[in-house]
Amino acid sequence: MADNPMPPMASEPPTPGTGPAEDFASGGSRIPAWGPWAVIAGTALVLAGFLSLIGFNIALLAVGTVLVSIFIVYLWARKAEGRRQGFDRAITLGIGSLFALAMVPLVSLLYTVVSEGLSRMDPEFFSSSMRNVIGEGGGVLHAAVGTLIITGLATIAAVPIGIMAAVYLHEYGKGRLKRWLTFFVDVMTGIPSIVAGLFAFALFALIFGPGIRLGVMGSVALTVLMIPIVVRSTEEMLRVVPDGLREASFALGVSKWRTVAKVVLPTAMAGIVTGVMLAIARVIGETAPLLITTGAFSSVNLNPFDGRMANLPVFTYTQYKFPGVPPEPFIERAWGAALVLIIIVMVLFLAARLVSRRYGIELRK
Amino acid sequence: MAATSAASAGGSVRSGGVAKRIDVKDLNIYYGSFLAVKDVTMTVQPNKVTALIGSSGCGKSTFLRSLNRMHELISGTRVEGSVTLDGQDIYAPAADPVRVRQQIGMVFQSPNPFPTMSIYDNTAAGLKLNSKRMKKEQMDNVVEKALRGAHLWDEVKDRLDKPGAGLSGGQQQRLCIARATAVEPDVLLMDEPCSALDPIATLAIEELIEELKRKYTIVIVTHNMQQAARASDITGFFNIVQSGDPGVLIELDSTEKIFSNPTLKETEDYVSGRFG
Amino acid sequence: MLRPAWPVSLTDNSHEQTTMSPTTAPPAPTDPTEEPRSAAPTNGIGDRVFSGLATGAGVTILALLAGVAIFLMIEAWPAITAAPEDIPGGEGLVSYIAPLAFGTVLAALIAVIIAVPMAVAVALFISHYAPKPIADTLSYLTDLLAAIPSIIYGLWGIAVLGPAMVGLTEWLADNLGFLPFFEGPVSTTGRTMLVAGVVLGVMILPIISAVAREVFTQTPRGLQESALALGATRWEMIRMVVLPFGKSAVVAGSMLGLGRALGETMAVTIILSVSGGVTFNLISSANPSTIAANIALDFPESSGLAINVLIASGLVLFAITLIVNMAARAVIERQKLDG
Repeated sequence: MADNPMPPMASEPPTPGTGPAEDFASGGSRIPAWGPWAVIAGTALVLAGFLSLIGFNIALLAVGTVLVSIFIVYLWARKAEGRRQGFDRAITLGIGSLFALAMVPLVSLLYTVVSEGLSRMDPEFFSSSMRNVIGEGGGVLHAAVGTLIITGLATIAAVPIGIMAAVYLHEYGKGRLKRWLTFFVDVMTGIPSIVAGLFAFALFALIFGPGIRLGVMGSVALTVLMIPIVVRSTEEMLRVVPDGLREASFALGVSKWRTVAKVVLPTAMAGIVTGVMLAIARVIGETAPLLITTGAFSSVNLNPFDGRMANLPVFTYTQYKFPGVPPEPFIERAWGAALVLIIIVMVLFLAARLVSRRYGIELRK
Repeated sequence: MAATSAASAGGSVRSGGVAKRIDVKDLNIYYGSFLAVKDVTMTVQPNKVTALIGSSGCGKSTFLRSLNRMHELISGTRVEGSVTLDGQDIYAPAADPVRVRQQIGMVFQSPNPFPTMSIYDNTAAGLKLNSKRMKKEQMDNVVEKALRGAHLWDEVKDRLDKPGAGLSGGQQQRLCIARATAVEPDVLLMDEPCSALDPIATLAIEELIEELKRKYTIVIVTHNMQQAARASDITGFFNIVQSGDPGVLIELDSTEKIFSNPTLKETEDYVSGRFG
Repeated sequence: MLRPAWPVSLTDNSHEQTTMSPTTAPPAPTDPTEEPRSAAPTNGIGDRVFSGLATGAGVTILALLAGVAIFLMIEAWPAITAAPEDIPGGEGLVSYIAPLAFGTVLAALIAVIIAVPMAVAVALFISHYAPKPIADTLSYLTDLLAAIPSIIYGLWGIAVLGPAMVGLTEWLADNLGFLPFFEGPVSTTGRTMLVAGVVLGVMILPIISAVAREVFTQTPRGLQESALALGATRWEMIRMVVLPFGKSAVVAGSMLGLGRALGETMAVTIILSVSGGVTFNLISSANPSTIAANIALDFPESSGLAINVLIASGLVLFAITLIVNMAARAVIERQKLDG
């Protein structure tokens, strides 16, 4: 049974010291709660002023503020509270700064995609393909439709196999088959996406020859990537369903398969759905396997078994990497497609979280 | 006593190690807006064992943890009233909980030696925090003293470098006691220290407590009345009227009196087993 | 439970078990010759079909995996048996793949070196420093980093991060240029191994951080309280208890991140300016490619033996990531046994 996470320390009483208590304070008042923040703000202001004279650079400002603030807080706390407390506060600031640093790419990336992609958020973009488009104009209709079809097929294949395999592992499995399967599902989670693409290519090339490019080949590659994700998350959800529920059902005389199908799976369903949505979010943006299996295509193609099929990630890549002359419309289309892709992924991610929150059994509290 | 303990510790443990008195006055403990413990006023006598008894959920553990500010680990807790250690207010605005805990130590219900450390390192853990510049020889002395004081030395002296988790439950708890006493606190708080142990280990710990009180002030929370009767000098009885009410200190008196002839009927009902 | 699905469940069966009301025993048979019902009745036809389906799904997966290995081998075989002159580059398969393998490992190592300390800091921040109410949101944001498609990371890397890092790389060349890593000449576009490594690091950070965060939050409360009760500061407690407790999990998570970085394709494909040779110079425009990026770049236009060669390189990549992932699993298994 998982322990509760150690709660973070409660904040100290905010009033500054009225007078030192012997021995419990080292001879001065403790740093007030607003202290470190004041130091950071002050340092930032001073540095900004300094830098505006010699050449403003936001990265330098950020790094400089952090380093200098840590140093000042350390000295202040060391004097007011003691050497160890000073070090503790310096570390606290340091860890907080590292976290902020980790968030910078996220913010920068989202900002970039939105600001660059916004220019193509027009009706033409969503209603036309690249058919007969040489320079300006054009859209992602074909790519969006293609992504839907390819990912949809992959989901249809991966989800039943994945869920039933998880059912096997958790409800029926024993002995060697179970051990091998567990091991190999783990192996599968580590398959690089391009290797999955190569496999799909190899499979179809042996039957149809090496020039083949089909939408369904992409689906095969994505299926290989999705299955282990679905298996793992479904397995975990099955584990969360209490054994007592199964026992109660058996005691009522319900057969095992009905218990699993009508009691266990529905109970775990919210979590399973969440896992599936996350798996879709994960593969919908995969470029590499699709690059080498579905190829690129400029028109809408609704038949996954007939020729190349465009999709959002490959479209983004080809538009950016192989722009025509002038390159601007191509670059714009690439960012527009990237924006569409990221919106889809974010929506899936958010929806998965909402489903999990609203309908899920609490995993740990 | 302060001099000898300071000298034997190499003079780098802060000059303490004298059993001190804790005065609690009108203490109220809140979890957010929920009052958990109400209006406790009592004195913990130096060099005596004070036991706190009462049925579960009556606030005795919460109260114990407020004596070394450990309850603050849960956010949203606060106290009103005062707790002073030989006159120093541990809740003064300028008081540092870290320093408070160096002087008021604690042993917990489940023995929990640090699993990645050896027996030696476990015992020395508190020392290494406070005084990094202790010479090896001095530290060896302090560790041996602490382990002897915890009645564990003879059993582990040949395997000080083995992991602390390899001992039996009772030995682990004595190791935790050695760890807590190595830094020579003024007061030792014990939160149901024997409830995870078998009767023989429990007896060993109780004998140890009898000896420890010569050096330390001890407060022990226990749900086992017989243990309180055996091992303590003073007993305090906590109770709540019903779930959701704050815990209150009903009666505090010498152990003998509490268990043979308590003043309040409520106390008598509890110790004679009519409820709880 | 929302997190990128990685293959690790560090918490073996550690979840809340609600206590159900006691199950009633099967009713006693009225006829003494009737057999008592077993606890898990599994003999009806429905059961056989259902369990058959389940087992079949498991077997399908194994077959699929076997198929991956077999088909790749079949298509790679012509490249393995071909004469060295026929291989692109003219020097045989090994010298074709070797610089690619070097580039793959180099980029991945940079990523891991950057990502691991950051991931540990991020995980610690969420588990032990951030106020409880926002800790969940912060976890979500960190996991969001893992959801972003790699091609978008590639675009961001080449369009934003690369140019932004030119200043830094020039500083590195000026001040640390004696190190082989920073020899220069400095690329003006930022399409360097260093930038690719940093982007990879950002991509694997959420994976490592999620694993670390999970184990940090499960540090036994008693240990943490004991450390604090001795008068430790928060950092001292973390150093004494939390970090040692989580050490092998962090190692395992890092290896998973490494595996991921080794196989990552698109970000490197877009960012890196490739010119072939093996070099430790991280800040120039002349970089070796990685196996995955090389496949992505060359495959669309390749034919004949060149395709087999690319597939052979893919097989090598598969083998490398397989070994790393299996090693990560081994570390986790060992920790489960000890811890």
